[in-house]
Amino acid sequence: MATLRREIRIHAPASEVWKVVGRPEILHLWFPGLANCTVNGNVRIIMLGSGMPLPEEIITNDSLQRRFQYRITVPIFKFHLATVDVIDLFDDTCLVVYSTDADPGVMALVIGGATTGALEELRKQFESGVGPALDAVGINNNSSVAVGGTV
Amino acid sequence: MGRKILFVTTDQQRYDTLGCNGGNIARTPVVDALAASGVRYERAVPQSVVCMPSRSTMLTGQYPTTHGVWMNGVPLPVDAPSVAALLYRAGYRTALVGKPHFEPFLDPFGKFTENVLAVQGRETAENQPWFDGSTGPHRGFEHLEFSTHGGAGNLHYARWLSENHPEAVGMFYQVLDATLEVNAAGGGENGAPQVHVNEMPKEWYHTDWVAERTISWLDSLQADDDWFCWMSFPDPHHPWDPPKDEVGRINWRDIDLPAGYPTTAAERERILDAKPRHWRKWYDGELVSNYEAPKHWVPATLTPDQLREVTALNAVECELIDEALGRVMAAIAARGWGDDVDVIFTTDHAELGGDFGLMFKGPYHVDGLMRLPLIWRPAPSAGLDPAVVSRPVGLVDLAPTFCTIAGLSPADWMQGKPLPVHDADADARGIDKALTEWDSELFGVAVYLRTITRDGWVCTAYKPGFVHDGTEGELYNLANDPLQQVNLWEDPAYSSTRSDLVADLWDSQPEPHSPRMPLIAPV
Repeated sequence: MATLRREIRIHAPASEVWKVVGRPEILHLWFPGLANCTVNGNVRIIMLGSGMPLPEEIITNDSLQRRFQYRITVPIFKFHLATVDVIDLFDDTCLVVYSTDADPGVMALVIGGATTGALEELRKQFESGVGPALDAVGINNNSSVAVGGTV
Repeated sequence: MGRKILFVTTDQQRYDTLGCNGGNIARTPVVDALAASGVRYERAVPQSVVCMPSRSTMLTGQYPTTHGVWMNGVPLPVDAPSVAALLYRAGYRTALVGKPHFEPFLDPFGKFTENVLAVQGRETAENQPWFDGSTGPHRGFEHLEFSTHGGAGNLHYARWLSENHPEAVGMFYQVLDATLEVNAAGGGENGAPQVHVNEMPKEWYHTDWVAERTISWLDSLQADDDWFCWMSFPDPHHPWDPPKDEVGRINWRDIDLPAGYPTTAAERERILDAKPRHWRKWYDGELVSNYEAPKHWVPATLTPDQLREVTALNAVECELIDEALGRVMAAIAARGWGDDVDVIFTTDHAELGGDFGLMFKGPYHVDGLMRLPLIWRPAPSAGLDPAVVSRPVGLVDLAPTFCTIAGLSPADWMQGKPLPVHDADADARGIDKALTEWDSELFGVAVYLRTITRDGWVCTAYKPGFVHDGTEGELYNLANDPLQQVNLWEDPAYSSTRSDLVADLWDSQPEPHSPRMPLIAPV
């Protein structure tokens, strides 16, 4: 069992960032290395850039706590739990925490290591005001999202 | 027309595996001949003892602290400085054939350029989506063909094997186990970890493939092209699974145990107990601080016969490399380039090889991992005399050496110096020390070492980490204690030597990369 945590501060309100994070079907629009993903009920299937499909079970999608949790359901994992928290810092910025717990432990790094790039991409889209994930949820430059640290 | 450069690297090869360095198991006549007519370095030191940081140092001419690849699993940015790019811009044709490992291999997301390139079966990166032109073709190499330690995966060698000899893909040892840990499963006659009987004929093995693809690329060049070719053999890195028909070259029963292997458990434990705690903890199987050794293998279980068999198989792999290099040298001669080619032969780091009862690698800065084979056979047309250099040099010195060979000034981002051609040259240019570093942070276990090799001493200072409080260290006299079995760090008689070396060590630390790059894969 191993645990891995990555976090990033984004200059955008938590409520806006949650609009993206809380939409499981658009993960591929901000998580580099995913070709696409589909959601059917609480089952999400992501297609990796290497061409490998990865089925997941959505555990939590809590818009009050702004917490999203899922687990990968392939046999190589004895256990997997990913948690994405969007935490309001009450200054029109937020902290996004992406945690990965996995057994075998190496898989935490194989899968969780990629979350660094995902968080960077999320910040890039919000702080530039443009990006496919923002387009998908109807956020753009003209919205109230902070851009480059300013409102 | 200038001097051409054949840069030959192996992976995890010990200094004492070459005949010219005193080795008496593997027969290495090709490298020995290069040494006899060139410069043989007796104290070549890596700046990191694992692959990705060390290979990044070779390419960038920078210390790991500076290029930022601080441990395996941290990818070198695609726009990092590259001596290959410098040479390409100067008109050199450039190729990298064999093991790259500037980026992680474990890549289910298909994020890393070199993996994507290989998946697409492409041999050049030009006109690819990630090609930004900043360093010419990918990292300065216009031609790329990759392989690693087996037949699985999507690198060019694996694809070639799969397409041409699909029955052979599964003949290699499975480097990782079902949980993606480095495999501890034993094989061969004695059950040693990472030993395996490989039914594959020699002609399909990656050593021969690397040589043949190198020759193929050289054959594609014009006679008057200047070229830089990095020929990067994956062996003799574990697994030790050379082609079965070649294993009979060396009978493991005839092998003497390595000098660095204390033959009794009591002696091994006494020596290890005088070193910082992580040494003994690893030996006993209580702490595996890094990914590069099998997590589920306990070094204390290593038997003398297992070590003999591993040593023999390792030597077989070294012989195959030597013979493959001989074929490339013959091809070069056949092109009429013999007088104009510089050959540099080295490895990225070495292998513990039974020293102290240990194998593989980790945060252990001793000769087993840090004394490297390094041979520079200057182009005969350069008229340099053969020499043996005893002063410490580093892999960080390779990039500026390539520049000098090509008639270029080393770039200002390079941190090494062109290799000395004899000791007097080293003394005149103030080349007197080499630095090595280790940083690792894996699931809460952090280890940080900084080492200086100077004046016949190797001195390692520890920073606070998982099992270290920052007061630990190692100090060895390389002349009196060539096997580094007597740690003088706490010996009052050597306190001034220790103080002097430690002060120089910290004064000499290179500029850190900022921001620190994240660890995003195991290896």
